[in-house]
Amino acid sequence: MSTLQITKSIDARGMACPGPLMNLIGAIRQGQVGDLFEVLSSDAGSKTDIPAWVAKAKHELVEVREDNGFAHFIVRKAR
Amino acid sequence: MDEQEKPLSLVLFSGTDDKLSAAAVLTVGAAVMGRPVNIFLQYYALRAFRAGTVHADHALAWEATDAVAPVIRAHPGQHWSELLKQAKEVGEVNIQACALSMDMFHLRPADLDPIVDGVEGVAAFMASASDGQVVFI
Repeated sequence: MSTLQITKSIDARGMACPGPLMNLIGAIRQGQVGDLFEVLSSDAGSKTDIPAWVAKAKHELVEVREDNGFAHFIVRKAR
Repeated sequence: MDEQEKPLSLVLFSGTDDKLSAAAVLTVGAAVMGRPVNIFLQYYALRAFRAGTVHADHALAWEATDAVAPVIRAHPGQHWSELLKQAKEVGEVNIQACALSMDMFHLRPADLDPIVDGVEGVAAFMASASDGQVVFI
């Protein structure tokens, strides 16, 4: 399936909203343009918040995948 | 986030942990989406921001019945003060104490937690709010 080279994976499962999003923002700020970040989140808010923030901040949502009780988000730092 | 967004201005009146947490979540959301946030602390909310009392138990709103209160307290979310700190790190968040409430409770700026940026009057707060929404919590 996914053969993407993940720069940093953030396991935020169990964290309450808006924790997973805040962890992603912190990681992206420290990363380089082109880096790929993976977030695992069981927080329902992430499903709306991560795509909304990624669009607003003009990064790229590469993949959203539902797993058993959580979701994977892959985001490319675009700027 | 290059375009200038309208500010969101929150008047915090209630000092219970649930309302402060809800306000902090709104602040984080607005800050990450690029909106400047102005927070004006009045009455009981101001008292919750006194130095050394931020992490004290500030109780819950009256809607929190005996059945509901343990559910709220058991939730693993972050403390409202931590959320506000994160909001300040990622966005433009300005927290001001209401000068009238400072006077009422005989507080000086040194009595407040450092997360509070200053003391101002209501007209200055409204000037910051400009044509953005003002929400009273």
